[in-house]
Amino acid sequence: MTSDEALVLMRSVLRQVAPEADLDEVGEGETLQEALDLDSIDFLNFVIGLAEATGLEMPERDYDQLSTVAGCVHYLSTSH
Amino acid sequence: MQGNVIHKSGDYRGTNPNMVDYEVERASFTWEQARRALDGLPGGRGLNIAHEAVVRHASGPRRDHVALRCIGRHGGRLDVTFAELDERSSRFANVLSALGVQAGERVFALMPRTADLYVVALGTLKRRSVLCPLFSAFGPEPIRQRLELGGGRVLITTPTLYRHKVSGIRDRLAELRHVLLAGGTAAPGATQPEATLDLEALLGEAEGEYEIGPTDPEDMALLHFTSGTTGTPKGAVHVHDAVISHHATGRIALDLHPDDVFWCTADPGWVTGTSYGIISPLVHGVTAIVDEGDFDAKRWYEVLEREAVTVWYTAPTALRMLMQAGASMAKDYDLSRLRFIASVGEPLNPEVVVWGQEVLGLAIHDNWWQTETGGIMVANYACMDIRPGSMGRPLPGVEATVLVRDDQGKVVVGDNGAAVEAVVGQEGELALRPGWPSMFRGYLGNPERYQSCFVGGWYLSGDLARRDEDGYFWFIGRGDDVIKSAGHLIGPFEVESALMEHPAVAEAAVIGIPDPLLGEVVKAFVTLHAGYESNEDLRLDLLGFARKRLGAAVAPREIAFDQHLPHTKSGKIMRRLLKARELGLPEGDTSTLEVRP
Repeated sequence: MTSDEALVLMRSVLRQVAPEADLDEVGEGETLQEALDLDSIDFLNFVIGLAEATGLEMPERDYDQLSTVAGCVHYLSTSH
Repeated sequence: MQGNVIHKSGDYRGTNPNMVDYEVERASFTWEQARRALDGLPGGRGLNIAHEAVVRHASGPRRDHVALRCIGRHGGRLDVTFAELDERSSRFANVLSALGVQAGERVFALMPRTADLYVVALGTLKRRSVLCPLFSAFGPEPIRQRLELGGGRVLITTPTLYRHKVSGIRDRLAELRHVLLAGGTAAPGATQPEATLDLEALLGEAEGEYEIGPTDPEDMALLHFTSGTTGTPKGAVHVHDAVISHHATGRIALDLHPDDVFWCTADPGWVTGTSYGIISPLVHGVTAIVDEGDFDAKRWYEVLEREAVTVWYTAPTALRMLMQAGASMAKDYDLSRLRFIASVGEPLNPEVVVWGQEVLGLAIHDNWWQTETGGIMVANYACMDIRPGSMGRPLPGVEATVLVRDDQGKVVVGDNGAAVEAVVGQEGELALRPGWPSMFRGYLGNPERYQSCFVGGWYLSGDLARRDEDGYFWFIGRGDDVIKSAGHLIGPFEVESALMEHPAVAEAAVIGIPDPLLGEVVKAFVTLHAGYESNEDLRLDLLGFARKRLGAAVAPREIAFDQHLPHTKSGKIMRRLLKARELGLPEGDTSTLEVRP
């Protein structure tokens, strides 16, 4: 997956979980949860949405790699 | 109904419990005696929570003991000793004084879990003003409503929370005089938003000494909002006397010992996070862990291991999420320092209790209480056998019972004016005999609603339960339409009102539906005005609309369209029937249902 595809996917999953949230509002280094006012369950649903859409397994121990926009993009674009 | 009993073998990992025999403690316990374990203000000037929590330790042998170990969201760690907490909270009391904030006036905190939150809480109590902590995951609407109902004079928040959640409602809060912003306005390039003050600057200018004025134990100290079925949230009033309960329950139900490292994972915006995140550990002079970060399985195990947490008080949803993360993750960490685990918020399913034993090596002790009770009321104790799924037995000093309800859900009162108690095994409403120190003293500005909580000399909890032959209590469910999600009460009316503000919505009905992780999730059914089409775009628009107003903690997770919501003949929505339909349960008494042609 390219970085652009990863971003498109993130937007589409985020829209299902928190339609009011705008990925562009997340500053560099900020966590998605903090910047977009997501609670732990939102974040969990976001990760589950990504896993379902990609067919990737995303174990809990990887969640901290998914907490920022850059982290998510990296994770999605380097996983197979 | 009991399943497997977990017997206590007497292996307490080297620390004997404070209470070694429940029956003996129950027979001998008095609240008067519990009161004597505290100091009181010098010179017989009363009882003040902040004095018991901080001042007395700061002027004694524990002055250099770590009171708070604060873990930053992005890492980093700050230790605060009792002496430092005393000094800084005195500065905050002086800040309030300089701003003209009086005893009895409400100070609201909408803050992340940082040391500043504790400084604000304790400084407010020193000033004898009233602390009202709000959950920072609330949206602007719950914040506005609570500030308005509570007559908030001062709000302490952060620049980010202010910008996102407060600036847009500020002009509707006539009684709010001061907004103080904590941490961040001093950053390079940051400017102080209009009509706000910089907390750090004010603290820096203030004196570090403050003498607490005479405090009547019945003076209002804390205000916690909770939700009902109808109407606005209710502000439960707690007084300084509550500290006796916070101390006694810390000793008996959480088994706190002087060298403990205690972690209560609740946010102080909920009553657990104030009674047990702030007050109880400090009163006991133990080290409290304060983690700014949100739930993350790895992070939590790291905290437990690195900080050598000995007593851990958490919630079923968090435990279920840890369970979901798998036993193998837990095995990566050394959790041998843990001695006692307790949980509150909703019944702990037996599987989680057993998981605790297998994976963490410790049973998990469920307990029950609510905003109105101010402290733990029914609990599983270190010394007592656990019946997985049961909330345990009443705290020594607390009389609990189950009262019989009629078909309409009203407690049955006999000819003698006394409420009828249920027999063993019979379902009814969990009730408590008033008289423990942390009982709420009123709903702010709503005496009728307060009075309606008492029948025949009992406080009615609104929760349904039954009691077994050995006096263990078992939770059944809520006796009203209030939704319990992740251990927090959510009022359906609050959610319905927010949805009704959307131009497409003609009517909304909100119920809780069972969820394996959260207990219940909030689901909304909406009827659209003519001219609006029910489609996915509108559903997401409504979801976003509700989340923006209410915040993630309160907003529905699911929205469905329904043009035929069930009503009573008087026009009220029958949430119960909606729920029965949704869950495929018997619909019960529908005699008041309006049948539309």
